Amino acid sequence: MAAASDVFRPEVGSGKLHVLAVDDSHVDRKVIERLLKISSCKVTVVESGSRALQYLGLDGEKSSIGFDSVKVNLIMTDYSMPGMTGYELLKKIKESSVFREVPVVVMSSENILTRIDSFVIDSCLEEGAEEFLLKPVKLSDVKRVTDFIMKGEGKKGHKRSRSDDYSPPSSSSSSISTAFSSVSHSCDLSLPASPSALLSKKTRLSI
Amino acid sequence: MDRNQSRRQVAAMKQSLFDQGLLDEQFIQLEELQDDANPNFVEEIVTLHYRDSSRLISSIEQALKERNPLDFNKLDTLMHQFKGSSSSIGAKKVKAECNLFREYCRAGNAEGCMRSFQQLKKEYAALRKKLEAYFQLARQAGPQETACRSK
Repeated sequence: MAAASDVFRPEVGSGKLHVLAVDDSHVDRKVIERLLKISSCKVTVVESGSRALQYLGLDGEKSSIGFDSVKVNLIMTDYSMPGMTGYELLKKIKESSVFREVPVVVMSSENILTRIDSFVIDSCLEEGAEEFLLKPVKLSDVKRVTDFIMKGEGKKGHKRSRSDDYSPPSSSSSSISTAFSSVSHSCDLSLPASPSALLSKKTRLSI
Repeated sequence: MDRNQSRRQVAAMKQSLFDQGLLDEQFIQLEELQDDANPNFVEEIVTLHYRDSSRLISSIEQALKERNPLDFNKLDTLMHQFKGSSSSIGAKKVKAECNLFREYCRAGNAEGCMRSFQQLKKEYAALRKKLEAYFQLARQAGPQETACRSK
């Protein structure tokens, strides 16, 4: 039976991380797959949260007896998907005794910042997301994340609060005064609030 | 036309798309993912984008016909998907039109939505045509033109 720690570490001998990528956009699935392959990962891509749960055996369909969990070292999921959102998927993964140690990265287009604001990012981080990447995701983002995971530096799945990484913003009412662990984005982007409000020591924001 | 001339033409065409503000950095990012084993990656992605996005355009068009009242939430959701796809190929101007459309959605401005959608379709069609010409020329010029990664 696979212990939680077994699915977290890269398979001995293979040297490659196995990444599960989840995105409802066909274009984005193709791109993330390519980015991960270039970063020397084995990739499984699915189109929805429910498919992801199916793949992981978390959909309640398979009997737990005799089912050998798939080994996944990292899960990268889009945030806004029809049906199950990336946040909901994140929660389900963190509720699973088998997969809760697996780092989960949430990807989103920048409108999340204006519409649902810090609540989304906070919620994802509090649920244990490793990182929040802005789309379109770049090769440097993927390489950074996969290097990080390879070194085994990912969080062990504990629920984190904002104070874990960064000092809380002074004003709780401003829309984008939230820090999130790591954001990188270099495309043309006009953020409504100053990105320098991000106080995380791990923040890298390039515009 | 000799090879070098073709390649210069391709480079000039690409530069022009950037100068006109039609493409952004993401397009370059995609090109950097090409190599000898995947020499047409960008064209494949762009083709996929046009397949998906034309369906979204039809859906938006349909939704705009269902007036009294317009379903702004539905329109915004569709446009979010369309914008995401456009953003993934580096379609800078189209993306800007998407943002405008979404502003009108949020303001509940039906006329604004319809006007900006017309403009968006124009930009979309114009870029599509230019990219088709670009890829055709790039294919003729030979694989070395767009493949950037050494491997």
